[in-house]
Amino acid sequence: MATTHPITVTVNGKTHHNEVEPRLLLVHYIRDTLGLTGTHIGCNTSQCGACTIILDGEAVKSCTLFAVQANGSEALTIEGLAHDGQLHPLQQGFWEEHGLQCGYCTPGMIMSAYDLLQHNPDPSEPEIRHALEGNLCRCTGYQNIVKSVQHAARLMKSESLPDQGYETQEGHRPALVEGPEAVPSS
Amino acid sequence: MATTYVGERLKRLEDPELIVGAGNYMDDITLPGMAHVAILHSPYAHARILSVDTSRATALPGVVAVFTGKDMEADTNALPCAWQAGSVTNNVNTPRPLAVDEVHFVGDPVAFVVAEDLYTARDALDLIEVEYEPLPTVVDAEQATQEGAPQLHENAPNNVCMHWTAGNQAGTDTAFDQAEVVVSQKLINQRLIPTAMETRGAIGSYNAGTDEYTLWLSSQAPHVHRLLLAAFVLNVPEHKIRVIAPDIGGGFGSKIFIYPDMAIVAWASRKLNRPMKWIEDRQENYLWTSHGRDHTTHAEIAGTRDGKITGLRAKTYANLGGYLSSIAPGIPTTLYGRMATGVYKIPNTFVEVFGVYTNTAPVDAYRGAGRPEATYLVERMVDRFAREIGMDPAEVRRKNFIQPEDFPYDNGLGMLPYDSGDYEKALNRALELVGYQELRQQQTEALAQGRYIGVGFSSYVEVCGVAPSAWIGLNGQGWGAGLWESANVKVHLTGKVVVTTGTAPHGQGHVTTFSQIVADELGIPIEDVVVQYGDTQGQPFGLGTYGSRSLAVGGTAIHRSVTKIKDKAKKIAAHLLEASEEDLVWQDGKFMVKGSPDAAKTIQELALAAHVGYSLPPGMEPFLDETTYHDPPNCTFPFGTHICVVEVDPETGKVEFLRYLAVDDVGNVINPLIVDGQLHGGIVQGMAQAMWEQGVYDESGQLVTGTLMDYAIPKASMVPNFELDRTVTPTDVNPFGAKGAGEAGTIASAPAVVNAVVDALKPFGITHLDMPLTPERLWRAIQEKRNQPSDSATAPTGGSHPPGDASTPASGAGA
Ligand code: FES
Ligand code: FES
Repeated sequence: MATTHPITVTVNGKTHHNEVEPRLLLVHYIRDTLGLTGTHIGCNTSQCGACTIILDGEAVKSCTLFAVQANGSEALTIEGLAHDGQLHPLQQGFWEEHGLQCGYCTPGMIMSAYDLLQHNPDPSEPEIRHALEGNLCRCTGYQNIVKSVQHAARLMKSESLPDQGYETQEGHRPALVEGPEAVPSS
Repeated sequence: MATTYVGERLKRLEDPELIVGAGNYMDDITLPGMAHVAILHSPYAHARILSVDTSRATALPGVVAVFTGKDMEADTNALPCAWQAGSVTNNVNTPRPLAVDEVHFVGDPVAFVVAEDLYTARDALDLIEVEYEPLPTVVDAEQATQEGAPQLHENAPNNVCMHWTAGNQAGTDTAFDQAEVVVSQKLINQRLIPTAMETRGAIGSYNAGTDEYTLWLSSQAPHVHRLLLAAFVLNVPEHKIRVIAPDIGGGFGSKIFIYPDMAIVAWASRKLNRPMKWIEDRQENYLWTSHGRDHTTHAEIAGTRDGKITGLRAKTYANLGGYLSSIAPGIPTTLYGRMATGVYKIPNTFVEVFGVYTNTAPVDAYRGAGRPEATYLVERMVDRFAREIGMDPAEVRRKNFIQPEDFPYDNGLGMLPYDSGDYEKALNRALELVGYQELRQQQTEALAQGRYIGVGFSSYVEVCGVAPSAWIGLNGQGWGAGLWESANVKVHLTGKVVVTTGTAPHGQGHVTTFSQIVADELGIPIEDVVVQYGDTQGQPFGLGTYGSRSLAVGGTAIHRSVTKIKDKAKKIAAHLLEASEEDLVWQDGKFMVKGSPDAAKTIQELALAAHVGYSLPPGMEPFLDETTYHDPPNCTFPFGTHICVVEVDPETGKVEFLRYLAVDDVGNVINPLIVDGQLHGGIVQGMAQAMWEQGVYDESGQLVTGTLMDYAIPKASMVPNFELDRTVTPTDVNPFGAKGAGEAGTIASAPAVVNAVVDALKPFGITHLDMPLTPERLWRAIQEKRNQPSDSATAPTGGSHPPGDASTPASGAGA
């Protein structure tokens, strides 16, 4: 057995102490050691962005780092975004604007967008598209992802967030999305 | 029926778990005692396996076992090919779970390791020693058919696995002999690699007590996977296998097929009596998960000077790879050749297809599957023809469209009759929205300023909602099964409804769409419906999700089950209300006695009565529970017109999208939000073929585009926004009047983009460019024309160095 190293990492506000092999990737530490499987793997070679998390305030591809490199750090993953049943505006945005289909890229996409909105609360469309270049989505064609991020930016700017949490007062009944009529009459 | 939900942009019921990271994808599944599998793939495209030495790998601490093809040979068979279309029957070659004597492409599996953890399993792969005797290779389909080409399989001389034709050869030859105008063009429809963001995976668990297997598979068709594994590969009875498809991170066709890893985890879980997990890494995904397209076509179009198309002739070499994948032969035949005339009335057409083995990864259905190739063929040739006779491409299209009164329309190529359509309406709408006259004027003005703007059309029709079993099956198109779909609907005592469907969604939003339908039909809140799928245990056999069939076929099965439920509930209502059935009407979610709205029963009340069984009509069984196996009477034929507007920078060859407008007619729409999402994603995949993607092999059969760095799937910054609009021409094939939307975007968009770019480069005398339209390819084509004095009259001279354009990956440029 290879030698192991002790590490301490705070993930989503909870501090973990673990013994890990030096070659263990951070993404495997998060997924397999901590059981936080919302962070996905699409390539393991830093190209797809599915594994994006926030580490010490910056978006990183967690397959690019070893777990030992995160020693002493604070990480935020997709599981840490919602609080008390209240979705983060980005999660609301992706839901409202149909920013996901298979959902595989979504956690990484949301974490990259989180990083963008931290630095630039009011990004233009080209800025959003540029900021998400490291995150591949094969399903959506990106148009609704852009709209999702814009939606989140609007929500984050408005002081009072509308109550559209994961569990609304009416239970799980989803709201209708505003938009053009279903089909133009023929 | 009051529609509260159908037709609304309802946000998806699937999303709450996915946006908080609570999805359950393949790699999220962990079982007690689970071991990890890593597979060794051949580094040679064609070689004899002389020996495999696993001793060093087996000795590595943490390794449980290492197995080779010889170990599995006695217990397993080769994977089946389930769609032996095109007289392929005598030269079927499919892979074994592990190759035994010979490998036929880079990626062919040779051995596998089982270890306590994934890292050790991967380490051990490096310690397996395989001695190969390399054999000559061929990767190009047309070359593979030539005399003297390396031979892959003894039973397929000249590597031809099938020779298939459709249409009228003699009539077509005559039409060409007599034609005023003939245009010929070689078209390369390049190899694509599906690249779902979640790679594939397989988990196997064997219960020695019951002798049963549970398999979790990346599957678009779990029941079919169980059937094929049981009946053909594992020699295990079907009822002893349970297949579960968990959340699936996209498929686009690549997860329809049966793969060696499925057999490997099942076999090993029994052999070692512990659960086995295999998760494909991205490089493996590129190497051996099925690829798509890869046609070389010699196409000719004939017509009159005034724009009537009189003939179409195509000879296509379809590269099928080193072995036949599960449904590979059906793609370039039924789904390509039979759709070759597209939206046009072409009186004489002949399509000839050679299906060819080469030393490359197997090629099978990839989003659109055959119809993108057919649409590219006809739409590119119609544009070539329009250019040749100097007629506006929109006008040529209009002149040759199948007319509304022609439906049902038989295209003469052995396709089922097109159900309904109004192609001109969609074209007119697109022209109006894009402002066509003005656009052409802007194009002329721009050219005067040295700017190259192009407008490209794609008017398409595709076939989806596949398919009536009697047509697609063995007596017709050679598909080795039926293509009906199942649904079960139960209304429980509490009024909650459980729907199970044989479709297998992996991003398409079936839960939402089907819930909308069921909630409306039963007059209940949508949160009272749950839709279950993806587990062979306790769910009726289903054929799965592909070919844009899930709503048209699977949705109809649900609708029919709900109708049966309502028929039974009506009898109970009549019994309880002491009325005759004829006096009852269904209104506002209740059966009520005509004229006395107080005498009414909701579906919940009737479900309760049906469940407790205290007072039912004589002889009636309790419970509201109905199953349907729906075999559709026809396929459906969505259509539309896409218009792409580009500007090309002749100095760099870079293409900029100015507009992309799509007018699609997918019939009636249940959820416009979801349909628009399908179109966006579909359009980008077709645009990606036109612009960036190409799976490239070198001559020795090494995959050059084997990573996400080399295979250029589009990023957010590379694609434009899309303007979507619809016309609505319902179909009478199903109760919704819906046609299917999953593939339409991909089918339409590649030719629209290519036609736009070629139109932009018209001043240079360029009449055709093969995909992908990388800056380098464009730049070279422009340079070549500039260097030809006769053509360069209108072409300004420019720089002479290939551009280094870092922002646009140029996969396979110049290949
Ligand atoms: S898994 Fe980390 S970038 Fe793809
Ligand atoms: S939603 Fe499927 S990859 Fe983005």
